Amino acid sequence: MITLFEPGPEGFLRRYEGLNARLPGNRTPWVAALREKAAAAFRAQGFPTRKIEAWHFTDLGMMARSAFTEALTPVDGSVELPASHASRRAVFVDGRFREDLSETPVQSLGANLSAAEGLLGSVARVDDVPLAALNTMLFEDGALIDLPAGEDGGTIELLSIIEANDRPIAVHPRHVIRLGKGATLVLIERAIGRGEGRYLHNPVVEIVLEEGAHLTHARIQQEGKDGIFLSTVFAKAAAGATYDSFLLHAGAKFSRSEAHVSLDGPKAMAHLNGAQLLSDGQFGDCTTFLDHAAPDCASRQTVKTVLAGKSRGVFQGKIHVHQVAQRTDGYQMNQALLLSDQAEINSKPQLEIYADDVKCSHGATVGELDENQLFYLQTRGIPQATARSMLIEAFLEEAVESVEEETARAALAEAVAGWWEKVA
Amino acid sequence: MPAVTETIDAVASVTEGPYKYGFETDIEMEFAPKGLNEDIVRFISAKKNEPEWLLEWRLKAFAIWQKMEEPRWPAVKYPPIDYQDAYYYAAPKNKPGPKSLDEVDPELLRTYEKLGIPLKEQAILAGVEGAGETPAEGGRLPVAVDAVFDSVSVATTFKHRLEKEGIIFCSISEAVQNHPELVRQYLGSVVPQADNFFAALNSAVFTDGSFVYIPKGVRCPMELSTYFRINAKSTGQFERTLIIADAGSHVSYLEGCTAPMRDENQLHAAVVELIALDDATIKYSTVQNWYPGDENGKGGIYNFVTKRGACRGARSKISWTQVETGSAITWKYPSCILQGEDSVGEFYSVAITNNYQQADTGTKMFHIGPRTRSTIVSKGISAGRGQNTYRGLVKISPKATGARNFTQCDSLLIGDQCGAHTVPYIENRCMTAKVEHEATTSRIAEDQLFYCRQRGLSQEDAVGLIVNGFCREVLKELPMEFAVEAQKLLQISLEGSVG
Repeated sequence: MITLFEPGPEGFLRRYEGLNARLPGNRTPWVAALREKAAAAFRAQGFPTRKIEAWHFTDLGMMARSAFTEALTPVDGSVELPASHASRRAVFVDGRFREDLSETPVQSLGANLSAAEGLLGSVARVDDVPLAALNTMLFEDGALIDLPAGEDGGTIELLSIIEANDRPIAVHPRHVIRLGKGATLVLIERAIGRGEGRYLHNPVVEIVLEEGAHLTHARIQQEGKDGIFLSTVFAKAAAGATYDSFLLHAGAKFSRSEAHVSLDGPKAMAHLNGAQLLSDGQFGDCTTFLDHAAPDCASRQTVKTVLAGKSRGVFQGKIHVHQVAQRTDGYQMNQALLLSDQAEINSKPQLEIYADDVKCSHGATVGELDENQLFYLQTRGIPQATARSMLIEAFLEEAVESVEEETARAALAEAVAGWWEKVA
Repeated sequence: MPAVTETIDAVASVTEGPYKYGFETDIEMEFAPKGLNEDIVRFISAKKNEPEWLLEWRLKAFAIWQKMEEPRWPAVKYPPIDYQDAYYYAAPKNKPGPKSLDEVDPELLRTYEKLGIPLKEQAILAGVEGAGETPAEGGRLPVAVDAVFDSVSVATTFKHRLEKEGIIFCSISEAVQNHPELVRQYLGSVVPQADNFFAALNSAVFTDGSFVYIPKGVRCPMELSTYFRINAKSTGQFERTLIIADAGSHVSYLEGCTAPMRDENQLHAAVVELIALDDATIKYSTVQNWYPGDENGKGGIYNFVTKRGACRGARSKISWTQVETGSAITWKYPSCILQGEDSVGEFYSVAITNNYQQADTGTKMFHIGPRTRSTIVSKGISAGRGQNTYRGLVKISPKATGARNFTQCDSLLIGDQCGAHTVPYIENRCMTAKVEHEATTSRIAEDQLFYCRQRGLSQEDAVGLIVNGFCREVLKELPMEFAVEAQKLLQISLEGSVG
């Protein structure tokens, strides 16, 4: 028999109270303090409600009504692994680090907490991000990548596999990544769900980029049919550093990804691109907060959403330009393509600007396929159905084109093509 | 007069006296006691000799208001308002009609003069017997004025001319007495009592405002206009405006406002409801230059307004144009409910914040009917320590097939202490609808400034020229009389922000 925690925030809080002594790092005061603070913040906030502006379009009711249980911990046993685009890989099964299937330089965070002192919790905010508080309170494991200055980390895949069939598990992995001065890394973070059942995957990624570091971060979400995926990324970039990210939502019943990116040093740069591919019964939410906190920084964002069947998509993108951030160059574009008359898109691009010497713009378009383009193809003798899928494919391809790094782009393109094959 | 000279004049008139309209008329008032409770609501209703149903309606609104909380979501900051520390009813003394202007209270005349109302209209406004029978002089385009002088419409001009066309243009209190069926049918039908905190407050205590009814197929022969004036210390203004354009009719309505200078913050919570039936068009233009507070952010009007129009009929159209230069705080979202098929909503806005002014303004377009279209053009200008937010919603319902929206919001920053924010909400539930949104934020380009300076313009004139160019798309939507005033206002509002 499976014991379920009670639904809602109380279930998670009770679990924390019960598990506290056994959580990794509980005997280390700084870890215990971190968790205690997070628990207090989560107790105070509970699950976010739609009354909070950042959750205006997104209702966590489904999660609040679900009862979850803890994951059993498979430490070995065979796992069928999908093909990888990256040269090295780290594997998590049901949120647990599988050392036997993983390669350096990725370490288990749970087993190496002392190495993450001063780093863990240095970027993530628990006071106003309740899901990050939940994660901090309950995380058991995750990846720790700490690249020394100047090192080229190559290409690494962080693969999460959740095989939920009969157990509605809740996992809160915590990944901590630091790139020293001038270090580079291509990180492909992929989440796969193999079962049919309900589960919660609530990862938090903390990223510190020191001067001139360059991180390409491709996130591919292909969770299971009834999965709930709530992810939060916190990244800060020092002078001249680049955070180049791409988020792909292709699976899960309910997904929300939040990114909090802060450009802290002059001439730092961020790309926050993404695509959401939603088909019948799915909900996807891509929310980003971008802080321009230093002069001469640039940011680029293009997020595309394709909605089929009865699905709902949300895009929220906020660019905050602080008063010191003179000569900011910010661009944001959000496009949605509705393929069904039951689909719904909610979009909220947002500029908050306190510096005067800036160049910021955003654009948003929502609609079905361009009639002129469709007509053009039809006049060339292409049947309407074929023309439609050509245009949709082009829209999707365009989304991935913004990714410069080839391995990451290939991984994303494959996921996008896979989705389209199923829907078309 | 060339634009530059005019600008210099306008600026000069401001620098001589810090606020052109900063005067306070001292007329005897009939006050209701300070504070707000059910008795005050009953007092207002009794004072206006209102029918029972309206009293009930007010009391219901008051009950709702008491349970509501003041909204905190707008990006504006102000000290808490004590709603019990204000007068909710103040009316100019009721006198029998004077025989000529000589008998009119000179204070009132002086107010009119400063507002620039021509003598003839002054006579009519003051209720001089026999005035208003002769046509307007000099072949100048007539403008019908319904002056809201401290909550009570003093008089209505051009009434007879409008009556010939069957147009009703009067104060809402008169409409309650003379056309209760129309008021009862439409009042609160676009902005219900429970709509929001300030609309509920207004519904409970509104003292006056304008009422317009344009009958079927009539094109209103003149621009209808209201001068809003806030007068008397601590008197909040709660106008209620209701405009109904029956099938096939057309009306253009102007709202302009000036306010006396004072130190204390004043609350203004108006409600404007527009209803357009089949094929009707309503154009509503506003120039708002209420006292914005001094350069240290002291004083100024709180302008918390609910404006909404319903395009009920097929092919109907509602167009909002606003130039917001005044008020310490502006909280205002003129909206359109596009119900009728092929109906059209438009919103053209210029909002300026200088010194410590704060503006959170924008629009909401609700697309309900098929093939409904909307256009939003918003120009925000921030200078000094001003904070300017565009907040807008475009919502497309599943039935609004083929709906179309285009939104453009541009922000201009002058100085490094100000802020410009853009918060558009787009909610689309219709596959065949098309929504486009564009926004830009930048400062005045150095090369543009350099070009103007090189041609001999002063820094201030150059900025004025560029700002007017930046706002041109909106200003050209204003009726002519307003467009000239608006250009001057832009200049005045940015006074002291450059150089």
